Amino acid sequence: MRITVDSDRCVGAGQCVLSAPDVFDQDEDGLVVVLDPRPAPGEHDVVQQAGDLCPAHAITVNED
Amino acid sequence: MTGTEPKTVPFPLRVPGEPFPPPRYEEYRRREGLVPTQLPNGNRVWLVTRHTEVRAVLTSKKISANPDREGFPHISDTMGVPRQEQIPGWFVGLDSPEHDRFRKALIPEFTVRRVRAMRPAIERTVDELIDTMLAAGNSADLVADFALPVPSLVISTLLGIPPVDRDFFESRTRTLVSIRTSTEQQRDTAAKELLRYINRLVGIKAQWPGDDLITRLLATGSISVQEMTGVLMLLLIAGHETTANNIALGVVTLLLNPQWVGDQRAVEETLRFHSVADLVSLRVAVEDVEIGGHLIRAGEGVIPLAAAANHDESAFACPHAFDPARTERHHVAFGYGVHQCLGQNLVRTEMEIVYRRLFERIPTLELAVPVEELPLKYDGVLYGLHELPVRW
Ligand code: HEM
Ligand code: SF4
Repeated sequence: MRITVDSDRCVGAGQCVLSAPDVFDQDEDGLVVVLDPRPAPGEHDVVQQAGDLCPAHAITVNED
Repeated sequence: MTGTEPKTVPFPLRVPGEPFPPPRYEEYRRREGLVPTQLPNGNRVWLVTRHTEVRAVLTSKKISANPDREGFPHISDTMGVPRQEQIPGWFVGLDSPEHDRFRKALIPEFTVRRVRAMRPAIERTVDELIDTMLAAGNSADLVADFALPVPSLVISTLLGIPPVDRDFFESRTRTLVSIRTSTEQQRDTAAKELLRYINRLVGIKAQWPGDDLITRLLATGSISVQEMTGVLMLLLIAGHETTANNIALGVVTLLLNPQWVGDQRAVEETLRFHSVADLVSLRVAVEDVEIGGHLIRAGEGVIPLAAAANHDESAFACPHAFDPARTERHHVAFGYGVHQCLGQNLVRTEMEIVYRRLFERIPTLELAVPVEELPLKYDGVLYGLHELPVRW
């Protein structure tokens, strides 16, 4: 699994941080940062959930 | 798309004596396409009730949140709630990219981390209000004595309102949202007094910077002093009655389902289950746009119903059950898309503290009237309770 984010789209709702706190964080400006772009299998479910919950479609999850 | 005209359904959607969400939502969700209704002002608008389509409306670039646009579904003369043309900075009524300048400036104030730092202050506020209720006897109106002041005091902390002014702030915000016990004129006066007060406060912070939200926002240089008033009024209005209603309804639900008291997951489920902001995300199509196979024409109003989407059985298993253990978290109680509630993490923290402290400190809390007699707000924009008589 590979995660990319588009911080230009991010609206700082923080849904990603709540879903997967070990994978996503918010920077000084409150915008998404990826802590772990290739998360371990144990994180895949919550990362998928973060991708779905993100209201701004700022998170892309690639299954490779 | 079928050629026959779909049947227009009555508005308002909430009817005294009926449960909420209205049972009719279920029928609307089963219909093909969208559901036309007619607003009190005569305008025909589309209701959107299924979860995927509500999300589609709220993320469509062809659909606008701007109330100044022709065809926007004004559901009432929302008293006290200003519009962008009356008050610059009211950015929930702006579309991208104009909207984003305000949102970006505010995001740092609402990060998960920043909200966590507010916890001690919120706990203190909640505990003080419980102290006052306990000192006053063994019964209370949990709406007036608790659910309304909690969010108002939290917002005054957030905005950096000086402690000496908090009573003023709280009393005026209370008048603004008490549609039953205040007159239209009183609400108008309260709104004007709050505007004047906030104006003055911004002026003071511009001259004497402090360590607070207003100072930091001004320092970003992206929001003018004039726009600040609208931004702050928006935070106040968006965050007050919404939170209060969810607190009150959530307490009732926990009293009826005591096995969930003390379980943090109840917070998210009260948001989905009650969906107090059912009628909040109002939209108008800017271009012809297809939603769920249905054509919405440019200039037509669209109302995505949060409570309908949050009780859609294709998105939530057993949607009518209050089940904090459910794993689906994709409710739209906070909306979706770029306007999704900015205050949502503050709300989650506030609710978690409220439910925990209330039941810890008043373990014998119970309703003082039968649940069927609770006065529901079928007459406001937001769903909630006018009063919540409790005793212990
Ligand atoms: C249970 C409590 C709350 C609920 C259910 C709620 C619900 C909502 C909804 C549905 C929207 C989207 C409106 C739209 O799509 O047009 C929204 C936006 C907003 N909310 Fe909340 N809200 C709550 C509490 C708060 C609080 C506590 C604050 C801040 C102090 C807040 C600030 C805002 C702001 C500023 C917006 C506009 C965001 C934007 O346009 O980018 N809300 N809220
Ligand atoms: S959920 Fe989406 S919009 Fe919200 S902080 Fe994460 S990336 Fe940004």
